[in-house]
Amino acid sequence: MNDVAIKATNLVKKFGDFVAVDHLSFEVNKGEIFGFLGPNGAGKTTTIRMLCTLSSPTEGSATVAGFDIAHQGNRVREHIGLVSEKMIMYDRLTAHENLRLFGELYDIPRDALRERIDELLQVVNMEKWADHQIGTFSTGMKQRINVIRALLNEPEILFLDEPTLGLDPQSTNEIRDFARSINDDAGTTIILTTHAMAEADMLCDRISIVDYGKIVALDTPSNLKKVITGADTNVIELNVPNITQTLVSDIQSLSCTQTVTVEDETHIRVHASGDEACDNVIDTVRSGAGQIRSIHNVEPTLEDVFLYLTGHKVREQVADKVTTKEPSSRHGASVRSRIR
Amino acid sequence: MGARSGIRHALWIAWKDLLDISRNRMGLVMLILMPLFMMGMVGYIFPSNSGMSHVPVALANLDAAQGNTSLSTQFVAQLEALNNKTGMMDFSTVGSAADVKSNIQNGQQSAGIIIGSNFTSNLQTGKQADVTIVNDQSNPQTASLIQTELTQVIQQMGTQTATYGLNQTYKTPLNYSLAQVAPYNVQTTGIVPGQTNYFEFVAPGIMGMVVMMSLMTGLPHAISFEREVGTLDGMLAAPVHRMSILGGKVIAQTTRGMMQGIIVLMLSIVLFGVVVQGSIALILGILLLGVFSLVGLGILITSFTSTEETATMIMMTLTFPMMFLSGVFFPISQMPQFMQVIAQFLPLTYTISALRQVVVLGVGVQAISRDIFILFGFGIVLLSAALLAFERAMKR
Repeated sequence: MNDVAIKATNLVKKFGDFVAVDHLSFEVNKGEIFGFLGPNGAGKTTTIRMLCTLSSPTEGSATVAGFDIAHQGNRVREHIGLVSEKMIMYDRLTAHENLRLFGELYDIPRDALRERIDELLQVVNMEKWADHQIGTFSTGMKQRINVIRALLNEPEILFLDEPTLGLDPQSTNEIRDFARSINDDAGTTIILTTHAMAEADMLCDRISIVDYGKIVALDTPSNLKKVITGADTNVIELNVPNITQTLVSDIQSLSCTQTVTVEDETHIRVHASGDEACDNVIDTVRSGAGQIRSIHNVEPTLEDVFLYLTGHKVREQVADKVTTKEPSSRHGASVRSRIR
Repeated sequence: MGARSGIRHALWIAWKDLLDISRNRMGLVMLILMPLFMMGMVGYIFPSNSGMSHVPVALANLDAAQGNTSLSTQFVAQLEALNNKTGMMDFSTVGSAADVKSNIQNGQQSAGIIIGSNFTSNLQTGKQADVTIVNDQSNPQTASLIQTELTQVIQQMGTQTATYGLNQTYKTPLNYSLAQVAPYNVQTTGIVPGQTNYFEFVAPGIMGMVVMMSLMTGLPHAISFEREVGTLDGMLAAPVHRMSILGGKVIAQTTRGMMQGIIVLMLSIVLFGVVVQGSIALILGILLLGVFSLVGLGILITSFTSTEETATMIMMTLTFPMMFLSGVFFPISQMPQFMQVIAQFLPLTYTISALRQVVVLGVGVQAISRDIFILFGFGIVLLSAALLAFERAMKR
């Protein structure tokens, strides 16, 4: 029990008739980076909000840092830090004033707080901006202050809800590295939600893939990818300059094909099973007068895992570009039993 | 978490809000301009006796008898002589009753005086002479003032003429003659010395209104805005009691509202010549009590609405009628019966009534104890309901 940072049991959140979170149960171990991966509206943020005591569950229960979210809200709040999708910063206050305010709200003694603020500002290289108003900062700079604000109380558990959304590549990398180092150095448990597959892959020890409020799969990134290869599924990427709708449906109608995704005007990504999969796909394209510029049998990414498990892509909630042959639930169900 | 740390948190949150307000330059300018506009507008828009001067009045002398024998010429001369002392009206002579009418219609003059055609002959044959005052019905405020003023002046002239006549005819002493013609000497006096003007009536009302408006629009804004931009989550995810957050917001908005109230008070005294008869401390106390009586309503509305836009809309819908019904601009006793009933259910009514009594009449706490009691009642009922609603709303 001592190794468990968060334990959720059958968490449900309904907004009217809409079920945002549908009986979620999971455990997060101390010191791990745990990812929630899924499209917008999958229920990631709602789950985080319940765990942070910002919203009360309709059903179910959870303990965070050993405290019950429903009855020991204040104890929970003492042990967590939150970086939410929206920045928790006041634009007309300076970086230092913002940090000071939140430090005072956590009842950190004045001297200790001053040291902590200086130390954290140094870590993110923002000391010289301490007395500038947040409103004058770039998004990347704001996010750096925003993250250290969540660390003021030295939380056991840090929630990062889409921390790199809308950041430039450089700031994104900085924030990711920072998250990694917080986890390494202080042993802080991190709950990360993201819809960036690469981010989850890079940072997380374990990932739970959520879709429509349910956990579709929960495992380490490499195990999740094995779901695809273990199921004898090939991920084939074709560069075809003259893709047509008929071509796509021809590939789709092959018995070996699971899903076909049109990536852009010239690229198709096919999930197909069996030894002849590659041959069959090539034959179909050639006989349909399609030119093949290149073809790769690629390593599956988390994006492929997600597509395989849910039948739709992460970024598009309406899977109009993806044509699925079998109902996705069957994949999901079979895979889940295999994972366990 | 003890009460002490709860209060400390509330003060820090208030500090944050006030710092934020003080760094919003445009907002600060408006903070001062708004009460200034309010005072100026309301004070000048409604005409008062003292404020009226050089009102253009058409004068048509239709008297058949003209020249030296004409009594109407004397009448006009007397009228002009009296008017020259006050400078209230500017007379311009026109030829006919139709001219008077058309001049008022096209806006050249605001009123008219028509001297009847038998003016001299009627007087000489022992009858009453006719003088008609023509009103501009499109401006009832000015019309009634001019009518009152002219009637008074003409009556005064009549009294003088009659007194002089008695003196001439029967050789009675002048002061005895006056007592015969006008036996009653009516005088008006106020409770406090000096002349009151409309500003003195309206300043307490505006003070109360500005503080209320500031709170009622500021509070939902402060809370809903933070909820929308997500910063409220930061405070809610910290070990801070919900009441500290609310308390901080209320302290900050009350401070802002009180500052505006004080600005109105200073403007009234310095720019508009309002004389405060009562104690300033009592005035500030009533304002605070007024805030207390309404703060619950502000929190209630904030709790039931999810966006700043709706909150502001509901606030506007509520504060606007409240402003007019609670006697800021017109005395409640002049309103129709059903509106007077509604006014009794508005806390602002009691705040303004108490303020007015202290500012204009200089009364002490005892005289307004009923208002104070009622305001406390409103405050406790609304606030209890609001705190319950707020606690629930924060858990959505």
